[in-house]
Amino acid sequence: MTAAPGTGKGLSVATLLVFAAITALPILGIVLLSLHSPDVPVSGFAWPDRLHFGNYARAFETAHFASYLASSLIVSSAVAAGTVVVSTLAGYAFGTMRFAGRNVLFYLLLAGLVIPFEAVIVPLYVEMRAAGLANTYFSVILPLIGVNAAFGTFWMRAYFRTVPRELIEAASLDGAGSLRILWKVLLPGARPALLTLVVLVFMWSWNEFLLPLVMLSREDLRTAPLGLAFFAGRYTTDVVGMAAAAVMVALPIVVLFVATHRRFVHGMWAGAVKQ
Amino acid sequence: MSANGRRAIPYLYLLPAFLFFAPFVLVPFAHTLGLSFYDWDGLTQAAFAGLDNYREALGSPLVRSAFGHALVLIFFFGVIPVFVALPLAVSSARANVPGGNALRTLIFLPQAISTVVVGVSWGWILALDGPLNAGLRAIGLEFAAIDWLGDFTWALPSLGMIGAWTLLGLCVALFFAGLQQIPASLYDAAAVDGAGRWREFLAVTLPGLAGPIAVALTVTVVSALRAFDLVFVTTRGGPGTETVVPGILIYRRAFEDGQLGSAAAIAMLLCVVVFAATWLINRVADRRSA
Repeated sequence: MTAAPGTGKGLSVATLLVFAAITALPILGIVLLSLHSPDVPVSGFAWPDRLHFGNYARAFETAHFASYLASSLIVSSAVAAGTVVVSTLAGYAFGTMRFAGRNVLFYLLLAGLVIPFEAVIVPLYVEMRAAGLANTYFSVILPLIGVNAAFGTFWMRAYFRTVPRELIEAASLDGAGSLRILWKVLLPGARPALLTLVVLVFMWSWNEFLLPLVMLSREDLRTAPLGLAFFAGRYTTDVVGMAAAAVMVALPIVVLFVATHRRFVHGMWAGAVKQ
Repeated sequence: MSANGRRAIPYLYLLPAFLFFAPFVLVPFAHTLGLSFYDWDGLTQAAFAGLDNYREALGSPLVRSAFGHALVLIFFFGVIPVFVALPLAVSSARANVPGGNALRTLIFLPQAISTVVVGVSWGWILALDGPLNAGLRAIGLEFAAIDWLGDFTWALPSLGMIGAWTLLGLCVALFFAGLQQIPASLYDAAAVDGAGRWREFLAVTLPGLAGPIAVALTVTVVSALRAFDLVFVTTRGGPGTETVVPGILIYRRAFEDGQLGSAAAIAMLLCVVVFAATWLINRVADRRSA
C-alpha cells in the first residue's frame, strides 16, 4: 500500500483501541459483578471488596447450573459428532463423485442454509410431541444435526473439491474402494477442516435457544442458555448470582474460541468470503 | 460389484445427511407452509382457512409493527456495523497496527457468546440503577438516566445497539480478510494514476470488498429479521408492543395463544422477507464486483 509511513497510524491504533474497549467493557463489567458480595447492592462498574467465588458455587449447585451445563455438553457433543459424520460422508459424495441429480440434491441442502428456524419450529414441535420425543434430548439433538448438516456438507464439499483428482484416481487404480479412499487418503489431510467444523457446530449448538425453549419444559433437561434465561427471569434480586451463571454459560465457548481462534476464525472468514 | 451397485454408491454417502435433513428441516418446512392455510389450536381438528391467516396477518397492526421493528433493527444490526467496520478494517490493515490481530479477535468475541448471556448482561448494564446510568449521573446527566429497555422510545434502539455491539467484530473480521485478497498491483496502479486516498478507496478498496460486504450484510440483516433470543430475554416485546418482532409473534401465537396456523403464516411471511433480502443483497453485490 502507498500510505506514507506513520501517517494515520496513531489514529488507526486509537480507533481500534476504542472499539476494543467498547467490546471489552461490558464483558469485564459482568465478570467483576459476578465476584461481588451478594449482600451489598452493586451499582455501576466497581472492583469487588474481595473475590466472592461463592457466587459461582451458589449458581452451580443451588441454581442447578451443574445440571444445565451437563445438558448443554451432552447436546452439543452429540450434535457436533453427528454433524461431522454425516457431513463428511455427504461432502465426499458431492465433492468427488458424479451422479444423476447431484445439483438438485445439493441445492436442496443449500436451502437449509437460508430457511429460518422459525419456519420449521411449529410443526417440528407438533411432530416431536406426537412421536413422544418432546422433553427428551433427542428433540433438540436430531433437528440440530439436520440444520447443521446443511452447512457441514457445504463446508466439507468445499474441502474435498480442493483435493487433486489424481490422488483419488491413483488410489482407485490401486483397487481401493471409495470408503477406503475416504478413510486412508482423504481424511488425514482433512483434519483442519474437520476441527473447524466441530468447533463451529459445537458453539452454535451450545448457544441455540429457541429449539430447547420449545422442546424442553422439564427443568432437569434445560440447557445452559435456557437455564440462564429462566434464572434471570426469576431471581432478579440475586444479580451477582445471575452474573456468575452468565459467565459460566459463556466461558466454555469463549475458552474454545480463544484456543482455536486462529484456525477457526480464519476458516470462517475464508469460508464466508468464498461464498 | 455390479454396475447398478456402483451407481448407488454416491446416494449411500448422501443418505445419512438426508436422514436428518429431510425429516427435521425439509418436511417441517413444508408442513409450516401447509399449516399456514389452516386454523388450528394444536389439539382439536384443524379447519381449512384458505388465505385467512395471511389476510389477518397483513391487516394486523401488531404484525405490521413487528416487521417494522425488524426493519429498524436492520439499520442497527447491519448498517451501523458495516459503516463502522469499513474504516476500522481498512485503517488497521493499512497501518499494520501492532497487536492488531489480538484486538480484532477481542472485537470478534461477542460472536462466540450466547445471545442469552449477552441479553442478560446488557439488561443489567442498561437497567435504571445499572452502570450506564451510574456513569451518566456521575458526569451530571441525571436527566438522561432512564430505564433504557423499559422506555417506549428507547427500548428498540437499545436492542439495536446491543445487536450492533455483537455484530461489529464479525464485519471487521470479514472486511479485514477481504482486504488481504485485493492484489497490491491494483493499489500501485491507482497510485500511478495519482489517485488520492478517497479515490483509491472508491476505485480499488470498495469494489474489492463487494463480496465480504455482501456476506456481512446478509448475515447481519438475516439476524436482525430473525432476532428472537435477545428480545425474549430482555424485553419480551415490551414495553407495550414497542419491541415485538416477528420471531416473538410466531412463538406467542404458536406456544402461548394456540394459534398454530397464524404462527405458520407469519413464519412464511418472515421466510419470504429473509429470502428476498438475501437475494437482493447478493444480486447488488454481484453487479458491483463484476
